[in-house]
Amino acid sequence: MDAKSQTPAVNLPPVYSLIARHEVFPEVSHDETARYNFLANLNRHLATYISPGNKIAFDKRVQPNFVAEHGRDFQTRDEVKEAMKQDPHYQSWAALRRSTMEMRQQGGRSMTLRQAEDLAKKVANLNAKSPETLILDPNLKTPYYLSIMDNHCMPGSYHTELFEGDVSNAANYDSGLFVTSGGMLGKYTDGGGKAIASWVLSNAPDFKPKRILDIGCGIGHNTLPLATAFPDAEVIGLDTGGPMLKYGHARAVALGIKNVKFMQINAENLSMFENESFDWVQTTMFLHETSSKAMVNIGNEIFRILKPNGLSLHIEQPQYTAEMPLYEQFIRDWDAFYNNEPFWGAMHDVDMNDWMISTGFKRENLLQFGARSINDNEDHTKPKAPEVEDHGRSAIWNVFGAWKK
Amino acid sequence: MINDILLSSNKAKGKRPYFLEDKTVERVLNITMAVAGELAVMHERLDTIERLLEKKNILQRSEIESFIPNSEEAEERQRWHATYIARVLRTVQQELEALQQDPSHNRSMEEIAEELGRI
Ligand SMILES: C[S@@+](CC[C@H](N)C(=O)[O-])C[C@H]1O[C@@H](n2cnc3c(N)ncnc32)[C@H](O)[C@@H]1O
Repeated sequence: MDAKSQTPAVNLPPVYSLIARHEVFPEVSHDETARYNFLANLNRHLATYISPGNKIAFDKRVQPNFVAEHGRDFQTRDEVKEAMKQDPHYQSWAALRRSTMEMRQQGGRSMTLRQAEDLAKKVANLNAKSPETLILDPNLKTPYYLSIMDNHCMPGSYHTELFEGDVSNAANYDSGLFVTSGGMLGKYTDGGGKAIASWVLSNAPDFKPKRILDIGCGIGHNTLPLATAFPDAEVIGLDTGGPMLKYGHARAVALGIKNVKFMQINAENLSMFENESFDWVQTTMFLHETSSKAMVNIGNEIFRILKPNGLSLHIEQPQYTAEMPLYEQFIRDWDAFYNNEPFWGAMHDVDMNDWMISTGFKRENLLQFGARSINDNEDHTKPKAPEVEDHGRSAIWNVFGAWKK
Repeated sequence: MINDILLSSNKAKGKRPYFLEDKTVERVLNITMAVAGELAVMHERLDTIERLLEKKNILQRSEIESFIPNSEEAEERQRWHATYIARVLRTVQQELEALQQDPSHNRSMEEIAEELGRI
């Protein structure tokens, strides 16, 4: 066999049956598993074969046509977006991608809604085992920016309960990231949290956080790895979404993780926490789901509650900079408009260094590094085909942060 | 009790973008992809069954041809069809939902992006 025939033509996504189950994980039937297998493969196909065609169409006809018509090159990513809208290949890809995302929601919801009452019961029973670590505030108002549309096209988003105690959307969220990420986030969808814990352990070996806050923790996928990596720390996950916290807390209880608390709080107002009361404040894939003013408020609160010598870190996709080609900005921005992530673009335009400095951090104490998901789904015994960059959707992140000194 | 069949295919808050020049073609594409998905599901299920039967050596193909469901089985099968059809026709349901929703549930991401960048 020559080298070529040993290289697989495609990296197949892991089968859904590899996902880790815990006590509150929804029951997944044979056909629901198969539906998710189909969708993971469809996602992989679009990312590997159809999406790269967008750049080819851009280079071959969209850009040359624009230059011919206007006598100049593109000046903004919005111009790229408008021109690409006319391209037939882009149209096919975009229509298929949108359809795939809607099917993923449909698949997850049909699975969790049919067992919504059982899920609610399981969650309530587990939560009753440790009521002191789940602090809900039923009067908390859902922030405007979360309520005017449903983020990533999940009907009802993070805050809707169809009946008292309903957690079906949280369970849907838990079940589906494996599919949209092609398993890249690991069996427990915690590859981001593991990556950040591992970075801190390796790069700040003397840092011994006693109190850690994870803002916008969702169901705690990436909170729990912090709690396991720092077993002596008290970890608090906060979120505005009541059903997310109920499910996330039950999940933590089911997984036997004790040093974590879940609280229903709006991150823009952390007045219940004293000045200088946390060693580490984390956000993971969170800031892009807020708004400009919210980011200012959240930044100020983070600086205020952080202890001297404390650490603040934010995991996001790479920021758009003047050096990033407009085509790449456009394709990275796709989810903003077409997967209901409307603050995505404005957030990725923010200079994170300026933002952190404006809240009180000093320039010499800023950090920036890349992180890659720690993925226990990879089969290291098989050769891999070269990976195709799936802009804005890969489990490879930029981490921004700062020490408070 | 909730109507899990219809709820499963709900439209998300926010105006749905269309990409193909002819919206009706995109509607058909959406339906077709859902059907393609269900065909794949069926294929996987049959594959499971055939492999199990093969291992256990228990079934003759002719038994499948002559099978008639009892009333409970028939009901289960009909419910399966109802769920299946609602799933496949998701896009029609969502356009109808958009028509009935308050306009504030149906704002464009461009408009919201502009606003969130500002406020
Ligand atoms: C994309 S999820 C990220 C979840 C989690 N960090 C993870 O890595 O899996 C964003 C979360 O932020 C929450 N959120 C958005 N704005 C918030 C705010 N102002 N205060 C608290 N939580 C917020 C949402 O409810 C949602 O659960």
